[in-house]
Amino acid sequence: MTEAAEMMHVEVTRFDPDQDEVPKVQEYDIPIQSDWKVLDAINYIKDEVDSSLSHRWSCRMAVCGSCGMMVNGEPKLTCKTSLADYSGSIKIEPLANFPIVRDLVVDIDGFMDKFRQVKPWILRAKERAEDMEALNEKGTFSQSPAELGAFKQFSMCINCLLCYSACPVVANEPEFIGPAAIALGHRYNLDSRDEGARERNETFRGEGTVFSCSFANECSQVCPKNVDPAAAVNQAKLGAVIDWAKGLVLPREGA
Amino acid sequence: MIQVSRHDIVIVGGGGAGLRAAIAAAEAHPDASIALVSKVYPMRSHTVSAEGGAAAVARDDDSEELHGFDTVKGSDFLGDQDVIEYFVEQAPRELALLENWGCPWSRNDDGTVSTRAFGGMTTKRTWYATDKVGFHMLHALFQHSMRFENIVRYDEFFVTELLTENGECKGVAALEIRTGEFHAILGRAVILATGGAGKIFPFTTNGTIKTGDGMALAYRAGVALKDMEFVQYHPTGLPGTGILITEAARGEGGYLRNADGDRFLVDYDYGVGNKAELGPRDMVSRAIIQEFEAGRGIDSKVGLHAALDLTHLGEAHINEKLPFVRELAKTYIGVDPVYEHIPIRPVVHYMMGGVDTDVNSATSMPGLYAAGEVACASLNGANRLGSNSLTECLVAGAVAGQNAMDFARGSSEGNVERLRGQAECESARVDALRGSAKGSEQISGLRQEMNSTMEEGCGVYRDHPSMAVAAEKAREIRQRASDLHLTDKSKVFNTEIIGAMELVNMVELAEVLAVSAAARKESRGAHTCRDFPKRDDTNFLYHTMAYQTEDGPRLDKKDVKLGHWEPQERKY
Ligand SMILES: Cc1cc2nc3c(=O)[nH]c(=O)nc-3n(C[C@H](O)[C@H](O)[C@H](O)COP(=O)(O)OP(=O)(O)OC[C@H]3O[C@@H](n4cnc5c(N)ncnc54)[C@H](O)[C@@H]3O)c2cc1C
Ligand code: SF4
Ligand code: FES
Repeated sequence: MTEAAEMMHVEVTRFDPDQDEVPKVQEYDIPIQSDWKVLDAINYIKDEVDSSLSHRWSCRMAVCGSCGMMVNGEPKLTCKTSLADYSGSIKIEPLANFPIVRDLVVDIDGFMDKFRQVKPWILRAKERAEDMEALNEKGTFSQSPAELGAFKQFSMCINCLLCYSACPVVANEPEFIGPAAIALGHRYNLDSRDEGARERNETFRGEGTVFSCSFANECSQVCPKNVDPAAAVNQAKLGAVIDWAKGLVLPREGA
Repeated sequence: MIQVSRHDIVIVGGGGAGLRAAIAAAEAHPDASIALVSKVYPMRSHTVSAEGGAAAVARDDDSEELHGFDTVKGSDFLGDQDVIEYFVEQAPRELALLENWGCPWSRNDDGTVSTRAFGGMTTKRTWYATDKVGFHMLHALFQHSMRFENIVRYDEFFVTELLTENGECKGVAALEIRTGEFHAILGRAVILATGGAGKIFPFTTNGTIKTGDGMALAYRAGVALKDMEFVQYHPTGLPGTGILITEAARGEGGYLRNADGDRFLVDYDYGVGNKAELGPRDMVSRAIIQEFEAGRGIDSKVGLHAALDLTHLGEAHINEKLPFVRELAKTYIGVDPVYEHIPIRPVVHYMMGGVDTDVNSATSMPGLYAAGEVACASLNGANRLGSNSLTECLVAGAVAGQNAMDFARGSSEGNVERLRGQAECESARVDALRGSAKGSEQISGLRQEMNSTMEEGCGVYRDHPSMAVAAEKAREIRQRASDLHLTDKSKVFNTEIIGAMELVNMVELAEVLAVSAAARKESRGAHTCRDFPKRDDTNFLYHTMAYQTEDGPRLDKKDVKLGHWEPQERKY
């Protein structure tokens, strides 16, 4: 059943801010199995060779979004990426465009702040108590399969942040709100239950958001969940402009 | 130096149960400060991996009475009926709330929420969002929670101890993973929502973070762990990785086949005709093992397995209802279910047992609450029905949030200096452990020993001689876990020390599990003994309660709360 173990040469970024000024590379030669993912190799090193290596992971089924890393220079979900796609040697680094905390762990708090700025929740014009009439007798909004389909794709984002690593705008302008945050804000703008598009579009018209995007499309290419954030950014640009144009002719709500 | 922060309540865990508790508290008390502490960013919590759905009565042909009875029967009459009644009554409202908050539930053409069939449920009452239900529920909850300014998050903080004063819970001691600094996070009530402990076993659907920390925290603080012997094996995990293929695959019409290609479940008594595959999990898992033992398992390089056949459903149906199943099967076992059978075998999935709680999500310790998989409110008894636990996270989480706030409002903050002192001792203990090369046991080695001990002693089928051996061995492993050899001295994102503390938690629970199992000389739900094949209501219709002592767990009993559903033979 067990095949003769194949070996792989693995280069891993190591960085401990307590000791190192800059990140360095550590090399490991390890036995691998043909059905392993990149994450399995990292876990092998952690368990059997060097327990001081730090990385994040949990679900190992491509849904929790924690295990994003650069593999041979490309952002990858390591639990979804087969080792067999690489032969002989492989280079694993922390996600690009984020500050490194330690080894393969990056600081994502910047994203968490950006995420909150797009108000990723259902906004309604009325207070909940007065809004109940919008619900059916089961207490839910009515939403057709087509209305659901309008935003579903953009709700599939697992916050893995590969798209930020791939984005040339983020690389130059770290303040750029970025693909996933825009996709998730736009997801609510497209949701038939939501009434907050105007508010979010105001955010989208601000500096460092949708109009900073140069439409390189890199984000959509690396996205492991086919969210197509580039499409979201493009649609959000349009939405923000239309809303703005409307604002020129119509008085602002509540003003 | 310890950092002290003060809140009204402290919630440990940012999965389905913890987020629901935080929202309940924040909504009802806009002036209150709610701490939400989690060892991973909330959206990484393992709720994210749930696939199939969440149960609540939705259709006109259904009723709370039916959902209640299905749950009691599924529990093999070990469920507490007051909890079950409350649960089925609250369930529809909770799932509707989640809809209001943006969860993309799958829809019928008329715009209402769609439901699907699930094992052990008499009618379609499982709400779903294709086959990524936990993912969508968790993200909807997390995103909704962000609107509340009064939820203060402590992301990537690892809780190591409950802080107590005069027997009341007053906060937690936590290690900030990124800095290695210690914190005393104080509140007048604490909610544990730390999830299950599947990683005690080698082959599980659970992610690496499911190490039972909250169970161990409560146990060490003197609270009982209840019914820990009941471990759910899910019938359909991928061989090798243990990745789950959801029961919804059978709910949508999939078949299980043996080496002869037969739909063997038709011959077991779990339903009729087209529903043969929709028996409860304990029974279906046993049937698969029996097929293996009768020589009808499929042998291959991924080991002995059975086959899940979806080919007759067609590509369109699979893409519409089970896209994640298709993605998982292709990525992790190289099989496209549109054309081929998916190899599957029973896999450790869910802990029915946990921290002893009641219908109020309260524990025996004043100020301490627990909800979700960490808790054992006795909704699930000896066997959980699939899709009841996501709903349980919401129902019990909301109750915990409300009750903890009520308790906090009527109680004092405690002596901050004394609590800080307690956390300082804990900090010193953890500092001494960090990078301590004194010990001789390797984390991964001991973990593997624990894993194989539990697999051998506490599998789908058990017998008392092997359970006794497992209990003895688990005890020895627990003792050895105080002698770990660590090498990483860094304070920054030191995952070695986290792994060490998680292992210490797990070995403690492994012993409780094995000891509790060895004491139950009957077969009930997921606890199936070859040497005691029958349920024995005369002698064993009680909850096992395990208390920590220096020599290992001390067992006690607690009555099952019966009600209008009388125990009867469990037949499907
Ligand atoms: C693959 C899979 C599929 C499933 N499918 C279904 C399904 O279809 N339907 C259904 O009803 N149920 C399903 N279940 C079961 C259900 O998903 C879980 O029981 C439920 O999600 C548990 O939620 P929770 O909030 O209790 O815990 P979790 O979601 O596991 O969250 C635990 C939280 O506690 C935190 N935590 C833990 N320890 C510490 C610590 N020491 N310090 C700080 N924070 C800590 C974690 O960071 C995390 O935020 C499934 C389970 C699995 C594994
Ligand atoms: S859009 Fe795609 S790549 Fe970006 S965070 Fe979401 S899932 Fe990851
Ligand atoms: S470990 Fe969860 S996405 Fe890879």
